[in-house]
Amino acid sequence: MENNIEQIYSEALADIEAASDKKNVEALSTRYMGRKGFVTQYLKNISSLSDEEKPLAGKRANEVKRGLDEAITSRLTALAAEAEASDLGIDVTLPGRPRATGSLHPITRITTEICEIFTRLGFSVVEGPEVESDYYNFEALNIPKHHPARDMQDTFYISPETVLRTHTSPTQPRVMEKSEPPVRIIAPGKVYRCDSDLTHTAMFHQVEGLYVDKKVSFGDLKGVLTSFIHQMFDPGISLRFRPSFFPFTEPSAEVDIRCVICRGKGCRVCSHTGWLEILGAGMVHPAVLENVGYDTEKVSGFAFGMGVERITMLKYGVDDIRKYFENDIRFLRQF
Amino acid sequence: MKFSLSWLNEYISLDMGIEGLTDGLTMAGLEVDSITPLYDSLDGVVVGRILEAKPHPNADKLRLCQVDVGADEPVGIVCGAPNAAEGLVVPCALPGALLPGGIKIKKGKIRGEKSGGMLCSAKELQLAVDAEGLMALSSILKPGMPIKEALDLFDTMVEIDLTPNRPDCLSVLGVAREAGAIQEPPVALSHPEVVLPEAKASLGTIGDHASVAIEDEDLCWRYAARLIFDITVGPSPQWLQRRLLSVGLSPINNIVDITNFVMMETGQPLHAFDFDQLAENRIVVKRATEGEAFTSLDGNAHTLNSEMLMICDGEKSVAIAGVMGGQNSEIEAGTTRILLESACFNPTSVRKTSKLTGIHSDASHRFERGSDPEGVLYALNRAAALMAELGDGSLVDGVIDENPVPYAARTITVNVEALNSRLGTSLSAQEMMALLVRVEFSVTVLDENTLDVIPPSFRVDVERPEDISEEIARLWGYDNIEISYAKVVASNESYPKAFAARQMVRGAFAGLGFNEAINYSFIREDAVDRLRFAEADRRRSLVCIVNPISEEQKVMRTSLIPGLLAVAARNISVQERSLALFEVGATFIAGEGETELPQEIELVAGFITGSRVDASWFGKESACDFFDLKGALEGLFETLHISGLTFRPLAADMCHYTRPGYTAEVLVGGEVIGLVGKVHGEVLKSFELKQDLFVFEMAMAPLASRISGDRDSMPIPKFPSVTRDVTIICDASVRAGDAVAAISDEKEALIERSWLLDRYAGENIPAGKQSLTFRVVYRSADKTLKDKAVNKIHTRLMDMLMTRFDAVLP
Repeated sequence: MENNIEQIYSEALADIEAASDKKNVEALSTRYMGRKGFVTQYLKNISSLSDEEKPLAGKRANEVKRGLDEAITSRLTALAAEAEASDLGIDVTLPGRPRATGSLHPITRITTEICEIFTRLGFSVVEGPEVESDYYNFEALNIPKHHPARDMQDTFYISPETVLRTHTSPTQPRVMEKSEPPVRIIAPGKVYRCDSDLTHTAMFHQVEGLYVDKKVSFGDLKGVLTSFIHQMFDPGISLRFRPSFFPFTEPSAEVDIRCVICRGKGCRVCSHTGWLEILGAGMVHPAVLENVGYDTEKVSGFAFGMGVERITMLKYGVDDIRKYFENDIRFLRQF
Repeated sequence: MKFSLSWLNEYISLDMGIEGLTDGLTMAGLEVDSITPLYDSLDGVVVGRILEAKPHPNADKLRLCQVDVGADEPVGIVCGAPNAAEGLVVPCALPGALLPGGIKIKKGKIRGEKSGGMLCSAKELQLAVDAEGLMALSSILKPGMPIKEALDLFDTMVEIDLTPNRPDCLSVLGVAREAGAIQEPPVALSHPEVVLPEAKASLGTIGDHASVAIEDEDLCWRYAARLIFDITVGPSPQWLQRRLLSVGLSPINNIVDITNFVMMETGQPLHAFDFDQLAENRIVVKRATEGEAFTSLDGNAHTLNSEMLMICDGEKSVAIAGVMGGQNSEIEAGTTRILLESACFNPTSVRKTSKLTGIHSDASHRFERGSDPEGVLYALNRAAALMAELGDGSLVDGVIDENPVPYAARTITVNVEALNSRLGTSLSAQEMMALLVRVEFSVTVLDENTLDVIPPSFRVDVERPEDISEEIARLWGYDNIEISYAKVVASNESYPKAFAARQMVRGAFAGLGFNEAINYSFIREDAVDRLRFAEADRRRSLVCIVNPISEEQKVMRTSLIPGLLAVAARNISVQERSLALFEVGATFIAGEGETELPQEIELVAGFITGSRVDASWFGKESACDFFDLKGALEGLFETLHISGLTFRPLAADMCHYTRPGYTAEVLVGGEVIGLVGKVHGEVLKSFELKQDLFVFEMAMAPLASRISGDRDSMPIPKFPSVTRDVTIICDASVRAGDAVAAISDEKEALIERSWLLDRYAGENIPAGKQSLTFRVVYRSADKTLKDKAVNKIHTRLMDMLMTRFDAVLP
């Protein structure tokens, strides 16, 4: 019996060493170590040995069992390593299974960016109706009926007293009527003008801003708008404020940035001026404040408005304003 | 507003270059829109002397000229002008020249004779409008000299995009004033001196011939007139024609040209009447008779109303005041006696009349913005003197100047400190004064902190201290105002609910694979028919645009669907057949009456069409269906953490743009908020769509009110779950959703979740029946579930399903 176990032990070790795959190793494991396997049987038979033989044979049998366990484990590890080494893998260049991806409209993206910048600057977002009364769209903003300034905005009429708002500015009197200074708001939204050509669409988007408080100055207006433009475009971009006219601000300003296309050398986009008009602004006209019952001796403020399509055009290089509302999927997917 | 540099230089001596001038004007509020060199097209034109002019052998009316153009040999040129004669010095366009009208000069043959250029008239060079033969040049000019040098044609036209508050700059003098003010040191402008010719005594005085009566003083504040007799109407001299042409005006005759010239020079519109056409030799300024017919100079007929101010003679209307003259008193070739008008009208009245008659003239443009009430006489005298001179006429002594509403200068008291505080500057009273006097404001420094400012009469836009602040700011330079940062108090307001909800919904749809569209808010009027809305549907209460741009954009949308279907059609037409788009936007339901604003309802809508998966190495193409879109909506609500979403079949008679049997109402917490379904075949057809589309449309407000940033964090389960399936065979009419709801309605605490695992009908299932398999996951929060406990509940569940749905186990 002694010789027998030694012989089988060496045979088993040789067999394990020679096993060429995982299945063979598992079969050998069953053959020697399984319930009916040799080692198991041998251990069972020990009980029939004499008391002197028992400890020795038991000890040896356990050694053999441990030895075979180790041999099997090490063979399996070796085989796994071999298999891994010889696995050529998959063609990782095959295309992945697509997950649907969507996109936000470029106007949405830029509007959001503008709103985020101004909320960081302490402004709150408000919204107003798109169909607006003549009063809020014009009169409250110091644009009486029959004033030539009405020519600055071609208006869609719903009735003699109702218009599609031509700008987001009606939110100014609407907000001021309902709250006391300080007022710090921006108002994004759709606006409508009755002209449609290569550079105008009958609907477009604006963001309005209003800041009314004690001792607000034109210098403050420059501060807020400079900070906005630096955040929106590039902290190094140069900009200029130049006098202009809006009936609801005095003084009024247009804000230009250095052309982002030609860097000021002059190109088609900037009409060879090197500058791009980016927004209109000014100190709120006292008549507008008086219309909402504010005391112009005590408070002053500034307002501004910008066209989202234009800023989007400059940020994303959109070359035709009409693309925004054609919703060609090949355009929308670019954002 | 257009002006030319040479014209500007008549009134002011500037020593800045064109760039300095245009930049300076732009930065002073007169935005320069374009700078156009004039006469560039005369580059190939030189002085030529006709050495010989013989008849053309093959044409009676043509001549064959030998022309000295300064070259070694004379050039042979065929010419049709009757005045081509030996010795005449004329402009000669050489081959290569491109004349103003676009005529390109080439060597060629005319009726068999070689012609090496073209002899030109003043019209062909656009230096004048008369084309009476070749333009005769001074005979001392040297042949070959470029015509631009010979006639000193170096000029630049500048166009300003003028804001409506600055009518004072609708004149070359006005622009010159601004130019002088921005130069360092500033220079004042010099008005042309008006020297009226000696009046002819034999003609008496103006009062002997004419009278002016203003009946409606509210609309006509001042009316001045002069008479010039014995006029010869004819073409204007070249210098005058050139001035008008340089700013884009067409010369007509000396009288009309002078009125236009002086208007461009001073900003004061003038009108010349044929005095012999004025009945009773008088002018009456009064409102028109309601319904009166009148034909303006341009030949258009108008029906007047009683709000329009007219210039009348003793019998009839002869001009629409401040807008346009009438055909009945127009200056004609035979006119010899002229009544010249220079007036000041109520701007609002002129604007109303201009709008109602549809006439926008240079005169109405100026009057409606506000003309200088004190500039009336200067312009009148300037034009009268020119007419007498250029029309060889005689001035009648005296002037009529009816001025019922005399100009009252405004004194504006300015608080220096308040003004500095508004601008963020720290200018002294003296510094402010120095700036204001540059543009002819009268300023008195009362004390360190107070100025009395009187704006000049032509600055109709300056009324209050804030207007003075603008003058100071623009003359000081916006760029010289220091940037400051207002003390900003942190806002404690978050985004408005609707705004925040819109942002989240957009983000969620983009995450679900949808592309965002933005459509025009206006649609065709018949869109509501094409969507098959019922007669009583409130989406037929359309908000109509009175002055739409086109039929396509006539009414405000009451649904987002028409815009989206049009987008689908447009994309499919360019072979983009697999689409998933959404839009968030307002729709408009008409309000009651004229003044009530419409109801604006914000909706979110979208569609899918085409394939869910494109054909690829891992699988075949598969078409999307209703459940893709339904799944997207479920995904939306999950992303937004809004619970209580259910779908309910929509009755066939309630379906409009979607197909009955393929449409579900979308409900949240039992409230109907929209629908999802397959687009109706008729609707597809009317939008020229040939493939199936699945659409949804929902109200935003119910979403906005349910979106919350709050979350209730639950403990993560500690014990394992047990999963059991149950299959029942029931009538095919049983709705799967009802069965799923029945399980969750059990409210069994140990059921963690359950869902429909499989639905099957066909082989091995009796006809008219279906097999539904549900998977139920059981879990306890505080112990490992024993099979026995699960079996008990699961059996009860099976019993419930069998009873409820009259089902059997397989």
